[in-house]
Amino acid sequence: MTATQSEAIADRVLRHPFFVGIDPTLVHAMVAKAEERTYDVGEVMVREGRPAEEFFLVLEGKIALEIGAAEHPGITVETIEPGEILGWSWLVAPYRWRFDARAVKPTKVIALNAAAARYALAAHPAFGYEFLMKFLPVVAERLENTRVQLLDIHGH
Amino acid sequence: MDSLKVGDRRVLERNDFPSLFRALSAKGYKVVGPTVRDGAIVYDHISGVDDLPIGWTDRQEAGKYRIERRNDDALFGYVVGPFSWKKFLYPPRERLWTAARDGDSFVVTPEPLDGAPLAFLGMRACELAGVAVQDRVFMGGPVVDPGYAARRGRILRIAVQCGQAGGTCFCVSMGTGPGVQKGADVVITEILDGSRHYFLVEVGSTEGAAVLSGVPLKPAASDDPAKAQAVVGRAAAAMGRTLDTEGIHDLLLKNLEHPRWEIVAKRCLACTNCTMVCPTCFCSNQEEVPDLSVEKVERWRRWDSCFNLGLTEMHGQAVRRSQLSRYRQWLTHKLAGWHDQFGTSGCVGCGRCITWCPVGIDLTEEVAAIRTAPMRSAATSEGKK
Amino acid sequence: MVTDARAFGGHSHGTGVPAGHPYAPRPFVVRARTQETPDTVTLRMEPRIPGDRLSFKGGQFNMVYVFGVGESAISISGDPAHPEELVHTVRAVGKITNKLASLTPGAVVGIRGPYGQGWPLDSARGRDLVIVAGGLGLPPLRPTIYDIFRHRESFGRIEIVYGARTPKDLVFAEEVRTWLPKSDLRVQTTVDAAGRDWYGDVGVVTTRLPAARFDPANTTAFVCGPEIMMKLTAQALAERGVPSEAIWLSMERNMKCAFGFCGHCQYGPSFVCRDGPVLPYKTLAPLLAVKEV
Repeated sequence: MTATQSEAIADRVLRHPFFVGIDPTLVHAMVAKAEERTYDVGEVMVREGRPAEEFFLVLEGKIALEIGAAEHPGITVETIEPGEILGWSWLVAPYRWRFDARAVKPTKVIALNAAAARYALAAHPAFGYEFLMKFLPVVAERLENTRVQLLDIHGH
Repeated sequence: MDSLKVGDRRVLERNDFPSLFRALSAKGYKVVGPTVRDGAIVYDHISGVDDLPIGWTDRQEAGKYRIERRNDDALFGYVVGPFSWKKFLYPPRERLWTAARDGDSFVVTPEPLDGAPLAFLGMRACELAGVAVQDRVFMGGPVVDPGYAARRGRILRIAVQCGQAGGTCFCVSMGTGPGVQKGADVVITEILDGSRHYFLVEVGSTEGAAVLSGVPLKPAASDDPAKAQAVVGRAAAAMGRTLDTEGIHDLLLKNLEHPRWEIVAKRCLACTNCTMVCPTCFCSNQEEVPDLSVEKVERWRRWDSCFNLGLTEMHGQAVRRSQLSRYRQWLTHKLAGWHDQFGTSGCVGCGRCITWCPVGIDLTEEVAAIRTAPMRSAATSEGKK
Repeated sequence: MVTDARAFGGHSHGTGVPAGHPYAPRPFVVRARTQETPDTVTLRMEPRIPGDRLSFKGGQFNMVYVFGVGESAISISGDPAHPEELVHTVRAVGKITNKLASLTPGAVVGIRGPYGQGWPLDSARGRDLVIVAGGLGLPPLRPTIYDIFRHRESFGRIEIVYGARTPKDLVFAEEVRTWLPKSDLRVQTTVDAAGRDWYGDVGVVTTRLPAARFDPANTTAFVCGPEIMMKLTAQALAERGVPSEAIWLSMERNMKCAFGFCGHCQYGPSFVCRDGPVLPYKTLAPLLAVKEV
């Protein structure tokens, strides 16, 4: 990747809603090895159980998160939109994906390298704090939504 | 005899009291009044003076009721019993209509509304207030209950002013008594004065005047009104309970999570006694009663209670499952929600719910406990996650 | 014994059912039946009495009666501009609704109504409208949505969000698809869980709100569905700045009489049948925060 391509990606990362407000110099450390990717409809982005070596900023399209096994194959439990972030398994041991992710629309993402990100967070604790404080509400909201789904409010 | 006008006061001697029954009968009224039965003073159809609880009184406290003999022969020397006049205006079971199949369809025949005019003899001030409260419920809104309206339209209200208070009374706190202000066709005050036993009778309406025209009445003495006032004054001074109604609507509705509810909930059996004896409680259920062939059905309405689990059943389970929630609903509705719904309190201070609660729960005590230590202003707000 | 119909202040329509008796149902004939989802059926009916018609406002409901079985409170789901046809969408969950869901054309039901306060569409004129429906919450909103389509120019932006349990539980799915291409409003559909053949959104309805575009201070919201869904949706809208007096919820409670006499449907000081079922979040918020009210 050229320097300008790298700059362009860093720029897109900075403009992504998740990263707005974070010190740009710190983001550069994180976007080393970042790349833009597209996925066609139906294409699988990650598989449950595989090492979580990346996480994604969603730019366009829609991604379905699927869990399942045996008699409950492939149930989509959530869809992720542009402007959202996909993947927190890279932050929590054992650093393996906990679901399958599949594009349900033509999708464009920036894939960020998990190892580079973990290193950047560890090397700059203040950045690490800011980043995690942005990440935590995302996880909290997903948890809250999942709890409501668990209530199965439509099934009497 | 000069014709009587509203506001006129006359005297009826004790010995002439039977003539009141004759006058009512002559005008086509069946008399419903107090009588002793099963160890209580209840309201039932009566035919003469001898059916009245002559010389009886009642002793009431939280969870306690018994009758005992007086040392005089007062006809109305008691307070209130387990029944109110509610059971005659709004019967515990009532058939609303019958219907029969008609090919693919059906035809509904509403229940006829005719019936005998009733004279309610012995209505207390709190009971008049209770009827007025139920008038608002069943006749005061856009829908009028046909049965209630029909029965209500043919009663004669003969009030009796209280000369004593029951152990659980608080009509003074609720502004409903013990003196009768309005709403009666005839107001009677029983006066036992030495060897004299007579009644001061006040005409409350033209219907009352028409009935009294058949009764031998004498002019009232100049001090009779004062004597009647004194009778009422004795009752007012001896109230068994008080209820501070200042700001009670907001006090209760802003304290829905007060710890006091837990305390009373541990005692409450959800037995529904309070709602049955209360003159204003009106919850009801409807039942579809088909005959065996399901060619004909009857639709019945019967008393229900907010203490019954089934009242709030939705999608297979009750919304108000705990005793706490049901007691809270009853009390907050009676003393707070009623104001929003009908513009008055639902409570007339008769004390029946206190007397007839098997564990002696006293709503005046519950309200006082919340008032003494209300919760700080609501922690809950819109937008709280 | 024949009853004098004048006792009820009205005249009979010729079948012995006096007008104005509050407890007596009127016969309606089922003309068509549509299976919407595995457990939900739409019944289209006509009055059996010539000249009878049921004018209503979106958000109102009837007590629907099955002879010999009983009554159930069901929202009206048809078009207010066509009161000659009465439409009810019924989910089979209990004794009466199971019977209703099994009726075929020609069957006669009894109707009492319409009852209740409907969606206050007039209060939304000139404002953005956000309509959020969950599961069986869409049928009570559909009549008002028809009114909105008829008077589209009276409103600002319109955002409709509809969520159900799974794709096969989406009621009026084909009809909602005809709303999607309208360029002057937006419809988002979501489900709680889906299989591989669903290419739409998955997640509770509140997850769709961030994508909805409206000016909160100048928005009116109509929300209908399971109580917890309405509560969370109203909170999310209020947090975004929609005034609580402009957020309307359709409450549901056990009903018997439907006109404020039987006491069953009380929620705080309100009779859901008479003061609601549509009520403002401003009034409801303190009660929704307390359990078992």
